[in-house]
Parts: sequence; structure tokens; C-alpha cells
Amino acid sequence: MIGPAMMPVRGDVGLVGRAPYRIALGARTWTFADLKDLMAKATPPRSGDRLAGIAAQSAEENVAAKMCLADLPLKTFLTEALVPYEQDEVTRLILDRHDAAAFAPVSHLTVGGFRDYLLSDQATTDALAALAPGLTPEMAAAVSKIMRNQDLILAARKCRVVTRFRNTIGLPGTLAVRLQPNHPADDPAGVAASILDGLLYGCGDAVIGLNPVSDSLSTLADLARLIDGVIQRFAIPTQACILTHVTTSIELMSRGVPLDLVFQSVAGTQAANQGFGVNLALLREGMEAAQALKRGTVGDNVLYFETGQGSALSAGAHHGVDQQTLEARAYAVAREFRPLLVNTVVGFIGPEYLYDGKQIIRAGLEDHFCGKLLGLPLGCDVCYTNHAEADQDDMDTLLTLLATAGVSYVMGVPGADDIMLNYQSTSFHDALYVRRLLGLKRAPEFEAWLTAMGITGADGRPLPQPPSQPLLRGWR
Amino acid sequence: MGKPTVTPDAWAHLAAATPARIALGRAGDSLPTAEVLRFALAHARARDAVHTPFDATGLVEQLTVLDLAPVAVHSAAPDRATYLNRPDLGRLLDPAGRQALTALPTTRPDLAIVIADGLSATAVHRQALPLLAAFLPWVRREGWRLAPVVVASQARVALGDAVGQALGAHAVAVLIGERPGLSAPDSLGVYLTLNPAPGRLDAERNCLSNIRDGGLSHDLAAFKLAWLLREARRRQVTGVALKDESDRLLADGRAPMLLAD
Repeated sequence: MIGPAMMPVRGDVGLVGRAPYRIALGARTWTFADLKDLMAKATPPRSGDRLAGIAAQSAEENVAAKMCLADLPLKTFLTEALVPYEQDEVTRLILDRHDAAAFAPVSHLTVGGFRDYLLSDQATTDALAALAPGLTPEMAAAVSKIMRNQDLILAARKCRVVTRFRNTIGLPGTLAVRLQPNHPADDPAGVAASILDGLLYGCGDAVIGLNPVSDSLSTLADLARLIDGVIQRFAIPTQACILTHVTTSIELMSRGVPLDLVFQSVAGTQAANQGFGVNLALLREGMEAAQALKRGTVGDNVLYFETGQGSALSAGAHHGVDQQTLEARAYAVAREFRPLLVNTVVGFIGPEYLYDGKQIIRAGLEDHFCGKLLGLPLGCDVCYTNHAEADQDDMDTLLTLLATAGVSYVMGVPGADDIMLNYQSTSFHDALYVRRLLGLKRAPEFEAWLTAMGITGADGRPLPQPPSQPLLRGWR
Repeated sequence: MGKPTVTPDAWAHLAAATPARIALGRAGDSLPTAEVLRFALAHARARDAVHTPFDATGLVEQLTVLDLAPVAVHSAAPDRATYLNRPDLGRLLDPAGRQALTALPTTRPDLAIVIADGLSATAVHRQALPLLAAFLPWVRREGWRLAPVVVASQARVALGDAVGQALGAHAVAVLIGERPGLSAPDSLGVYLTLNPAPGRLDAERNCLSNIRDGGLSHDLAAFKLAWLLREARRRQVTGVALKDESDRLLADGRAPMLLAD
């Protein structure tokens, strides 16, 4: 029950980022130095914010911050930058691109009121799509901090984001899968064997996307030609990607190597992106180079971005802002370039940022919700490393929750074991499990191809394969 | 006898082409029991590898035999639990380590080599010395001057920046145990950084990864490291601005004897 004693008190109005926020709970008054302090303290517990020294010091402080944040006007985020406008091109992108007209329907709300709105019947799929350009990542992050897991699932499920290159990703009732055929020595026959396995398990509609070991241009060119060759030979309505640095992709394209999508890891601050060796201008250059090739048949979304909570702190570029808010800011970077695919690699970074299964699950749901709310085709690499306190049971839980929430795509790694990147993700079998459980279809063009090839039946489930299967004959 | 409940995959013969878990078959749409348990065992072993203690003393003894004047240092993370939760401490030298390095005579070496446990001491135990043995001939051929080899416990990649700076080295190569995977709990990575100093960005490093049996061989990794170091010195840069084009010099996938075209 919110009484006068619990109303937050704003002081020092006009001093950007400096205003203390206060809330009285019984005899105790909690004070938060500024907006980023309030956001950090309101974040559900995670090891990365503790590592940064910005987490709430007690369970009560965490809830006090949530209460204080809930009463903050949403429009505060348009005048108080968490990362200084002058120092950071991501902040400038967010504020310069803000669409005030799109924001109007919710501009009068507090953060808490915005949560109620998102869960109300007013927030229809169309209303949320129209709202997306009016929301900043900080608004999405703020409301997510006071949402429970079920709220994150329900609100995200209302969002619809559809993207296209050679097929259509994000239609209602569908889930796509990235086929990830990594090999520890980039061996072409090994990569090809994993691609075959994935295709015959009905995976690969999001992308056939390889993380190469090598940085070598000739090796990367060979791998790009290998995957492109499979797609062309069997007329598969999907796209290929070599997950290498954007500058490398630009160089490969300039040498005439067939690339469909350009990949890049991105983060939520200029300095963290610098740590990745990228900036907005470079990403634009990559997008334009790929679009100029006109390799898409049903659309021209040509970028593939990966993100993950903790990347900015890892690069020493977090500006004292919590990792979940910075993750949402990475989505502002992504949406500028109309990507085909964006996924959080939620458990990859390690236990110093997300300690255990509980923290990884929460972060996966937050990232998916924030990305979808901001208008992105968000997928998730449901994953963990061997030094985190997590296992396959945690991944089963997160996969099931995200699929229920309408996640755009997940990873398909043979047996869930990535033998190159040394972590565990979701498998081809996992994708079949969740399709069967929830009745989820693939991208329609890909689903039709699988059926025509006799790989899956009318119900979308895999069929036993005869030796005459064209893919098997073609591989011999 | 009932009907079989597991559907085998018709492409089992392709499993020989990759260590990836392919052609596993399915029970309905799910993993067969044997595969579920095989995976659980691999995960258990990888979990254990993270916590295997680093034998720094043994490594120092072996490096002494090779006449590499080894120095053992420790990061500011005192134990494994702290190391896992505090990567910032794993990037700093503890006071004794800093002192040990600054006490060495300053010789402005071309390269400092750091052997660090990282997330898999098992990888360092198996790969570090063979890699070094394959790399030293390149050092001799190119006439590079080496700093004393540093053996670092509870160390992250960026500890090399502090070590390289303390030694006044032109470049640092950090040989470090990668996070253990299910199929590869013993994979070594190498990170090369020019003009090492605390604050270097990851984008300013070149990386060779998956050095192990069944991955990148010691000979090939040593050649690639030599190629990268030579190009880094020539172009005065490491990181995203230096692309690995060493493959051009390979003959049938094998390392050449010389770096020149």
C-alpha cells in the first residue's frame, strides 16, 4: 500500500544525473544518489553488479529501490542520461532518435504505471509495435526491474517483430533455430557433417551460422563458400553467416566472397563497443556493404548481432550503470540497423556476471522482454559455461519459458555441446522438444522446404530417413 | 519383445568427420538415455577440471631445465573461489609478484611469455611446454630477445599487460587455459598484445585458440604466433587491425620453415 510516507522525493531538479532519490519505509529512509544508482539497486540480484560494486547491499534496499523506481515518471529518462550525452554516441543515438509522438500514449505514466499498462488489455500487439520507437532502452530496463518473471513472459509474448532475408522470422506461433555447426579446427568436412545433422533434425531457419576458430581471410572465405554452397545446392530458404568481426566481413565481401549476413557483437556504451573494435559508423558501413550485394530474396535485413549482460563491465566501460540496463542499451545500437537476428548469449560470459541458473534464467527473460519491447527480433542463446553453477535442467527451464514468451529463435548445437566455444547451449533435440510441447512451427518457407524434402512430416516432426534422401546422397 | 523405442539416424557414418555430438538418434523427439548420461559425465569432468589445482612449481622446474629463467607470480585473487567471482583481481599482480618482476634487470625484451592457468590448469599442464618447444626455434631464427618466462597462478589474460609492462617488453604472449568444454577440458589459448600496459582493450589483442590434440596443433600454433609477432612488429599493431593471413604460407596445411613469402 503506497501512502504519503512512501512517496519518493526528488531533489536538485535539473542537475542531470545528480538528483538524489529517497523513499521512507517505516522508520528508515533509503537514499539513492542518482538515477543510475537507483536503477542498479532496483535490479534483481546478480554477481556482475556486485562485482561492479553497485548492487543493493540488502534485500530491503533492493525492494526500496524498486518502489522508488516504480513512482518515477517514465519521461525522466528523456532528460536524465545514465551515460553522459557528450561522452557517448550510444546515448546520443538513443536520445536523438527518440520518437516523441510514438511515446505520447504512455508519456504521463510512471514506471510502475507502465508495468500495469503493459499487462493491461490496452497494450495490444499493434499498440506495442507503435510504441517501440517511443521507448528508450532505459525505460524498458526500468520497468523490467519491477516485473516478475511471469510479467516478462506475458508482456513479451504480446510483442511481434517480423524480419526477412530468404525467409520470414518472427510470425506468431513460430520459433526459428540457428544451426551452429562449429568445429575446433574449422574442418570443412566436420562443419558439413554438423550442418547435415542439423538440417535433418529440422533446424537452420534462423541462419546457418558458424563461429570460426580462425581469423584468416582465406579460411573464412572457404567456410563461407562451403555454407553458401549447401544453401544453393539444395535451394534451402535460409541464410548463412560467418561470425567474425565486421571489418573482416567487409574485407571478405570486397573480395567477392558470398556473405548473406554480417555479424557483430555489440554493447551498450561507446567505450564497450570500442573494446569490440566497432562504432556506429562502422556498423553502418557493414550493413550497406551487405545490402549492396542484394542476396536476400524476401527482405533486406542483413545484420546479425549478439549481446550479453556484463560485456561493458568486462571491457571496463560500464560508467557505473548496472549490466541489465547496459544490455538494453545494446538493443538501441542493434535496432538502428534493422537486423534480421539479435540474440543475447545469456550464460556465456560466466559466473562473475551471472552466477547460477537462477540468475541466468532471470537475465534471459529480461533480455528477451526488453529487446522485443524495443522492436527487435530477439532470440536467445540459452547457455552456460562449465565454471557457472548451472546445468541442463536450468537450460530446459529457460528454453521452455522463452519459447512460451515467443522468443524469435534459439540455438541448435549438436548435442548441446559446442566443441569450439566450449560451452553448452540448446540442441537440435531441444528444439524438437519445445516445438512438440508448444506446437511451434518453423519459418514458413523453411518448413515447406523440409516437407518437400521429406525431412519432416505434415506435423513438423522428423521422419526416419532412407538412404535415398537427397541430402544424404549429396554428402557421400 | 516390444518395438524399438529409439530411432537411429541414417547418417551415423558421418560422425567420424567431427567430434561434435551428431547422429545421436532419438527416443520420440528426445535424446536417448545413453546420450543423456554420456553428456552428464562429460559435464561432471569439465566441472572438475575448473577446480584442478595448478602445478606452478612443477612448471617452473621444467622451464628451468629449458634455461628459460622462469619467474612464478600470483594474481591478486588468492584462491579459486575469489578468482571465479572477481576477474578484476585476476588481472592484477599481487605485491610480491610485482616486486619480483620489477627487481629483474631491464633489458627491453622483444617478447615476454606468460604461462597462466586461466580456467583450466589441465590445459596448461598438457599444452604449454609442447607449444613453447615448438615456438622457441622461431624465436632463435628471428633473433627475438625473450624476457624470463613468467608462470602466473589464478591469472586472467589481461594479467599479461601488467607483466609485460613490468618487464618493459615490446610484446606479450599469454598462454592460458581456456574455459573447459565437454569435449575439450584441455584447450590452450594464446593472446598476443603489442606494447602491453594495463588498460589495453581486447580488440588490441590477437588470439589463437583451441590449441590441443584434435584442435590447432602445437607446430601450427607456434608458426602462427611467430607470424603474428613478426607482422605486429612490422606494422606496429595487434588486434582487429592485424588479420591473420599466415595460412598463405602453409604447405599442405603444414607450417613452413621460414616466415618470409
